[in-house]
Amino acid sequence: MILDDVADVRTGDKGDDLIIALLPRDAEAYERVTAAVTAQRVAEHYGLPPGAVRRVLMPTVTAMVFHLRGVLGGGVTGSSYLDGHGKTMGYHLLSLPLD
Amino acid sequence: MGVKMKQIRVGAGAGFAGDRIDPAVELAQYGDLDYLIFECLGERTVAAGQVRRREDPRAGYDPLLVARIGAVIEHTLATGTTIVTNGGSANPLAAADAVAEMLRERGLDRPVRIAAVTGDDVADTIRAIDPLVWETQEPVSAHGTDLLSANAYIGADSLVAALEQDPDIVIAGRAADPSLYLAPMIHEFGWSSTDVELLGKGTCVGHLLECAGQLTGGYFFDPGPKDVPGLARLGFPFADVSADGSAVVGKLERSGGLLDVRTCREQLLYEVHDPHGYITPDVTADFSRVEFTTVGPERVRVTGASGTQRPTDLKVSLGFQGGWTGEGQMSYAGPRAEERARLAGDVVVERMHTVHGVPSDSLTVELIGTGSAFRGAPGARGSEDITIPEIRLRVSGVLGTRAQAEAVRWEVESLYTNGPAGGGGARGTVTEVVAIRAASLSREAVETTVHTREVQP
Repeated sequence: MILDDVADVRTGDKGDDLIIALLPRDAEAYERVTAAVTAQRVAEHYGLPPGAVRRVLMPTVTAMVFHLRGVLGGGVTGSSYLDGHGKTMGYHLLSLPLD
Repeated sequence: MGVKMKQIRVGAGAGFAGDRIDPAVELAQYGDLDYLIFECLGERTVAAGQVRRREDPRAGYDPLLVARIGAVIEHTLATGTTIVTNGGSANPLAAADAVAEMLRERGLDRPVRIAAVTGDDVADTIRAIDPLVWETQEPVSAHGTDLLSANAYIGADSLVAALEQDPDIVIAGRAADPSLYLAPMIHEFGWSSTDVELLGKGTCVGHLLECAGQLTGGYFFDPGPKDVPGLARLGFPFADVSADGSAVVGKLERSGGLLDVRTCREQLLYEVHDPHGYITPDVTADFSRVEFTTVGPERVRVTGASGTQRPTDLKVSLGFQGGWTGEGQMSYAGPRAEERARLAGDVVVERMHTVHGVPSDSLTVELIGTGSAFRGAPGARGSEDITIPEIRLRVSGVLGTRAQAEAVRWEVESLYTNGPAGGGGARGTVTEVVAIRAASLSREAVETTVHTREVQP
């Protein structure tokens, strides 16, 4: 089972930082994802140092926000990547294995 | 029995500079709106506008602004809907001139009042004060390239001053996105600038609406997990806001798209890195206890937003000369497509170094179709056993000179006859880059002015 089976993502950017909202599809999935998808696991999944990712839980809307610092290398205005905003990058999170 | 609490309806007419126009027309015609908001600026847009304005003093505002207003004006005048926009971008006065000109040509049956808001352009002040750049912690003057633009994020207070002139259209420059929505609420309900609870609630509504179609199924639709009907006719959202800050967001049932609790929770968290402290010029909003409740078809109630004191200083968006982006692309298909594309990329990078003197670490090579969007994250490629039928090679770099950027495009194109077998469909572009940075400026150093004019029939 992977995260894609129980959750959705929405990706945004702010300067150099990628902001991924992870939205489990029901309350049970929210509990499960909260326990399994830590900031450290997200950092590993994106090949980042452990301190580069911060997680904020949003229980009232059963969702969470991951703040990935510095991954966009100049952001939309300074990066030459095709997708300078990193809008496509959030979907990589959904391939994370869930036990 | 109490008197019915005052309520206004605020509609989203655009969520970015390149947004569609027809959903705004539909909302203006059938939405029974009090206010229609066109949010047209991104981090790059104002700086790009300043560059255009330097070449032509009559330019620098959003190129689509006149078309947007022209498309809805018949309906907004008929219903008494006030238009509020930041599409004045780098030149709100020229934008007001252009809109006035369009209105005169249209021939109106009543006078139209346009209020333009200036004062967000703080380039002279920034040069004089020379504050620290957030990203480098060095003064603006120590930046290696020229400062092209400096625009302060102005808040709802500047827009409220314009609304007090009873305009049909308010045209501002770098007004913060949620402030465009908050200003009508402050104006209509007389909210105090220190009532952080109400300002937080209004800012939450503004944040939900500011990306327009992203609340109604756009950027959400994902076949299977998140289906949305009528995406090609996606309607834009509106909010019914009451004087106590309570709000219901909705969309027209006649339009395509979807507005429900799921679309609302996604948009609530969009581009919000700290839901406890969403900073605007008006308030530090707190979204951490927001809840959504379905109250009808395509209607969702928003509760629980609050706020704390606004920041002392204003954020200023700085645009610096940032060199040139050069890019070239080429396709490879069939057996060994990936190997040939990779080889082609290696050839370009080597020649950029040996022939054009561009170091290889300033170039980016993407093999589009192999998971390159994930920028080398572990496992981005998926299984190595996957056979990929076609690959798009893309080589790019942000470089010091236009000639170097041209060389990237040229070296990829020259692969046609000099590169690996079967390369096709070469394309390339060269564009000037404005690098965006930020700084702080005290509120006292930013003085905004309202310029009101009336276009006679």
